[in-house]
Amino acid sequence: MLAALTVLLVYQLVGEVVVVALRLPVPGPVIGMALLFVTLIVRGGVQADLKETANGLLRHLSLLFVPAGVGVMAHLGRLSHEWLPITVSLVLSTLVTIAVTAVVMRALLTRRTRGQ
Amino acid sequence: MTPPLTEIWVYLQATPLLFLTLTLLVYQAAYWIYRRAGFHPLLNPVALSIVMLVVLLRLTGTPYETYFGGAQFVHFLLGPATVALAVPLYAQLGKLKRALWPIVAALLAGAVTALVSAVGIAWALGASDLTLLSIAPKSVTTPIAMGIVERLGGLPSLTAVLVVTTGIIGAVGGKYVLDALGIADHGVRGFALGTAAHGIGTARAFQESEEAGAFSGLAMGLCGLVTAVLFPLGVWIVRALG
Repeated sequence: MLAALTVLLVYQLVGEVVVVALRLPVPGPVIGMALLFVTLIVRGGVQADLKETANGLLRHLSLLFVPAGVGVMAHLGRLSHEWLPITVSLVLSTLVTIAVTAVVMRALLTRRTRGQ
Repeated sequence: MTPPLTEIWVYLQATPLLFLTLTLLVYQAAYWIYRRAGFHPLLNPVALSIVMLVVLLRLTGTPYETYFGGAQFVHFLLGPATVALAVPLYAQLGKLKRALWPIVAALLAGAVTALVSAVGIAWALGASDLTLLSIAPKSVTTPIAMGIVERLGGLPSLTAVLVVTTGIIGAVGGKYVLDALGIADHGVRGFALGTAAHGIGTARAFQESEEAGAFSGLAMGLCGLVTAVLFPLGVWIVRALG
């Protein structure tokens, strides 16, 4: 687990350095994810240790959003003042986005399956 | 003589231990409720945890900064967890290669829909410019969204809240939308959840299946990349139009 956690942190660190050095508009961990993905393809497999640690972290992914979410208490003023546009926008936009993404992807997958 | 309770409280408030432990305890309590309710989407553990913690902090008069001093250790793990998404993604490599173009098209459609509809609806209902700027990247994972908004002069901490709320909405409502549309493919379900509701949608997708989770993680990463490029461009166009 220690080795796997170190691997994840090293990829994140490299990602952060790449982002700063190339002035990319993307956060370091996303670059780190892309680099680790490429590494796994090149190596042709995932070590059991890394697989276990990664899945362990991801099993509790939702916990990691709690601290940022509690920040809602610092914005209660603005939120109570603009609650209507914010609520309607978040709910409608999120559900419409799910629908549009799913429908486009399914349509293209079905069309291609038929074409084969 | 034992020190008075307030003294113990003042001591504990100054160390990260208290609020780190509290975050973990509250989340596990929320998860226990969620599991007892048969994983009912309306009892989302993130939403439950946030409500419980905000109530606790309000009751004890604790400012958010003090809380975050302890909770930041949990927050930090978002970075390595994002990197870790490469592992389930790799497990879906075969399916990924076969679905490359549908994925690219769905991603672009989803990312543009998320941006345009969020800003359009909020604008039509009279939201302030600062709110519009902060709400735009709501479908993108927290660290990316905060980074984009900070650079454009919005409120990153407000964005974090809107992003988390979006994730909860997607995790709660996504199942109903996808079921209503008759989407059965786990790859498609996961991809839609990840595009619209980032990591919280991904956490929810992992509960459906590993395939849904992997596609959701992929969508979350790609949507972050695309939005990081599209959104500053959109702001530039809007500002040019006045």
